[in-house]
Amino acid sequence: MTAPFSARHIGPSDADRKSMLKTLGVTSVETIISQTIPANIRLGHDLDLPEAVSEAEALAELQEKLAHNNVLKSFIGQGYHGTNVPPVIQRNLFENPAWYTAYTPYQAEISQGRLELLFHFQTLVCELTGLDVASASLLDEATAVAEAVGIAVRHHKGERDRIIIAGALHPQVTDVIETRAGPLGLTIDCEYIDAKTAAVIVPWPDTYGVYRDFKQTIKQAKAAGALVIAVCDPLALVVTESPASWGADIAAGSTQRFGVPIAFGGPHAAYLAVTDALTRLMPGRLVGQSVDTKGRPGYRLALQTREQHIRRDKATSNICTAQALLANMAAAYSIWHGPEGLSEIATQVHSLASRFAAAVTEAGNTVAGNSFFDTVTVSAPGRANAIAQDAERGGRFVRAIDADRVAVSFDEASSELDAFELAELFGASSLPAEAETKLPAPRKGKFLTQAVFHENRSETQMMRFLRRLADKDLALDRAMIPLGSCTMKLNAAAEMMPVSWPSVANLHPFAPDKHTKGIREMIAELENWLCEITGFAAVSLQPNAGSQGEYAGLLAIRAYHASRGQAHRTVCLIPSSAHGTNPASASMVGFDVVVVKCTEQGEVDVDDLTAKAVQHADRLAALMVTYPSTHGVFEETIKDICAIVHDHGGQVYLDGANLNAMVGLARPGDIGGDVCHMNLHKTFAIPHGGGGPGVGPIGVAAHLKKFLPGHVTRKTRQAVSGAPWGSAGILAISWMYIRMLGPDGVRKASENAILSANYIATRLSAHFPVLYKGDNGRVAHECIFDFRPFKETAGVSVEDVAKRLTDYGFHAPTMSWPVAGTLMVEPTESEPKVELDRFCDAMISIAAEIQMMADGKMSKTDNPLVNAPHTAEEVTADVWDHPYTRAKAAFPSGAGQAAVKYWPPVSRIDNVYGDRNLVCSCPPIEAIAV
Amino acid sequence: MSKTYFTEDHEWLRVEGNVATVGITKYAQEQLGDLVFVDLPTTGKAVVKGGAAVVVESVKAASDVYAPVDGSITDVNTALSSDPAIVNGAPESDGWLWKMTLSNPSQLDGLMDEAAYLKMVG
Repeated sequence: MTAPFSARHIGPSDADRKSMLKTLGVTSVETIISQTIPANIRLGHDLDLPEAVSEAEALAELQEKLAHNNVLKSFIGQGYHGTNVPPVIQRNLFENPAWYTAYTPYQAEISQGRLELLFHFQTLVCELTGLDVASASLLDEATAVAEAVGIAVRHHKGERDRIIIAGALHPQVTDVIETRAGPLGLTIDCEYIDAKTAAVIVPWPDTYGVYRDFKQTIKQAKAAGALVIAVCDPLALVVTESPASWGADIAAGSTQRFGVPIAFGGPHAAYLAVTDALTRLMPGRLVGQSVDTKGRPGYRLALQTREQHIRRDKATSNICTAQALLANMAAAYSIWHGPEGLSEIATQVHSLASRFAAAVTEAGNTVAGNSFFDTVTVSAPGRANAIAQDAERGGRFVRAIDADRVAVSFDEASSELDAFELAELFGASSLPAEAETKLPAPRKGKFLTQAVFHENRSETQMMRFLRRLADKDLALDRAMIPLGSCTMKLNAAAEMMPVSWPSVANLHPFAPDKHTKGIREMIAELENWLCEITGFAAVSLQPNAGSQGEYAGLLAIRAYHASRGQAHRTVCLIPSSAHGTNPASASMVGFDVVVVKCTEQGEVDVDDLTAKAVQHADRLAALMVTYPSTHGVFEETIKDICAIVHDHGGQVYLDGANLNAMVGLARPGDIGGDVCHMNLHKTFAIPHGGGGPGVGPIGVAAHLKKFLPGHVTRKTRQAVSGAPWGSAGILAISWMYIRMLGPDGVRKASENAILSANYIATRLSAHFPVLYKGDNGRVAHECIFDFRPFKETAGVSVEDVAKRLTDYGFHAPTMSWPVAGTLMVEPTESEPKVELDRFCDAMISIAAEIQMMADGKMSKTDNPLVNAPHTAEEVTADVWDHPYTRAKAAFPSGAGQAAVKYWPPVSRIDNVYGDRNLVCSCPPIEAIAV
Repeated sequence: MSKTYFTEDHEWLRVEGNVATVGITKYAQEQLGDLVFVDLPTTGKAVVKGGAAVVVESVKAASDVYAPVDGSITDVNTALSSDPAIVNGAPESDGWLWKMTLSNPSQLDGLMDEAAYLKMVG
């Protein structure tokens, strides 16, 4: 009998736990938990979850369940297309922990590999759209178009409130735009363009596959000063004119068909590109090129002041994350194929579509429009559903738009036989060998001339290219990533395996229900388990990130108040310690943010909360509160806090970012929360992907159930994502996690997360002050160390400490959040004691280094901290003129470190230079050759 | 003859006749660190005392600069669009942010002189 999965998932062994408890001066884990979590919120019983099974058993059970999916070849299209994932990318990137276990690249020096590939993604998007600046991806096509609308509204400084949708977008995209527009007071229609029109949205092509003539519309938009948003299929852009060339100010769409599996709706990387003038209004991540201290080029996240963690309710959006892993797959796909390969794929797709159109026209059918790329809509009055069923009998899905029209969408995976047999369904007897092109104006001139899109055509080169990039980054496959509030726990191999199964990867999100029974059963089970874990009545898995969960949860609260004739309730109380996303989300649903003070101990100031709840009682909509707190403490007063808000007519939104401290020990629903979001990419083992994907479901109490997001394909509305279950393709990871741990294992995981955080707090408290503790002197699952005093005594900043940790081989903890000048450490349950000790030893060694400067034994301007991180190039240079040794610079943990050394590829990146000299895509080769 | 006033929000304004030139103080510049962007208003815009007129950004913070008095904006320092570092180098001279008319000159009475301001920031 092998060890249970919980013993594989949880790092410390029984013996380790004993030793750790000894350090903490107690004899049982239960003592630590009872000292940490207030007694009045403890869950008195085991969670009602199925008992744990082994990895093999869980995989077999899930495989059997998913066998109830019928994965027919899809010609549905509608934003989700078949693609051939190049095996070299599948194996070396998608399934490679060096890529998928990395964190968001805030620490630029140890993230150069994925930053570089995201930079190529931005270059790809700029080249295809012809626009100046592209972001490092958004969550999906529907939200990307909604974010583009947000740019237009901000561009007009809120003075214009009309959005014109000039043609038929995919229904799920329109639905999300409508959801977003409602609370902001925007009206959406298809009528005239006037001086109140902020944006005109042009589908290119539309949901029927047709390119309509928008010349007049665009002229009118320009005359009225409205921005033009082009929603474009990027594969079509390979062979057609760029949207910038015909007047688009913004372009958005999905890059899914660039080698990313359909995966029942996601995750996929959406793209967003804008003209130069709109750069600072862009939401989300933007990778920029800067220089390091030696003047070498290096990448970093640029213009972060746009983002919610700095601008809060004035941010450009509540977006925190991107779809880094999937954007990187799309970039790798275009590097692998190059411009010639992409052109060949696009040409072949169009050729099949136009031959199919010619065949069905020849057979007496009518097809929509004169111009299309991949999708042909055929008139079939009264017969559309019958044809769709015939297609299914032949092993293919097509899209019955209504009773009278069928759309057939071709893609990279389509064959001539597919086109022929589909044409037969419409009475055709043959497929012409050629057909006239139906594309709109073709692309002019060369594109993707940059060297990287030409250098990696053999598999050997491509494999090494991806390896070279991965080697620049520090991910979980090398060392602990002790990021507070991010829960960088193990993403076990068995959890990851189902993501690649064809029964998940190749399933279209709009396939008929009878063919998707297996995955929907898995989803329903996961929903039930998450309800049990959180103590709520219902869960929606649709939100694609924590921020999207917040948005969906606040929308539910808003709709609940409105349903009771209380639509005037718009005041949202948010503690000053809250994550910036909270106020950003509140502002997106039209709430007015009122900040509640925190005490010096970092807890919500209950007196201030009470005063503000009383003051705003008539208009109180909600409180958003993180529990355990963003300061890593279980506040004793949480139940009182919830009661105060309820007594004054408000709802409690509980931010579940820190849920990993609570599973099996306490439940948000029992504490008094009405809504709570969970981050499946934190607590439930979905990897961070180097900056996305994320999954941020919400749980709600019974009275809010009917206000959860719907979806147009389920005959409900108010969607927050393009796909009904959001990033359904990665939900299997969380299903596996819970199934393999069972009720006992998930509780033990939380207990160990708390134990390990307290172990680190105890070991390091003699060297660095721990900023916040609970009443019994314990922290929750994370702890904050204060470095502010050292600025004065030793000239050392918290950034110096963070960068110095790289020399020791660690990813820095969360820096300067939630308190400036501090580091927040969250070890998670997965790190073994030996790694916790290695981290503590490194921190203690850094404390000694700081003391050298404080004692005047080392220069405050030339020392191992201010010069960190040290590159191989510097420590092996012929000249070394620092007052410490090369060994101290590079191997501060001792000689043994040499064998496992992580070398940062660049020294410290110059943030100021990067923001003052913004470069966020590689110029074409002719622009370089002067 | 001009006279310079200071606010509690770390702005200075130099008043000549009915026009004031406004910027941020040396102390404010030091607190903000290297500026990477200055979001300038459009000329002709009316501003009220205490309302945000300009946003200055460093790599880690975005801060509002408030109008110290009521009036309307007559000129902005366009040199800052391409070189925001001027504010760091010469916050109280070449790094001025905007010029404005004063619609209520009596508001100047509530502001500090340089000595009082320097005492406030210690």
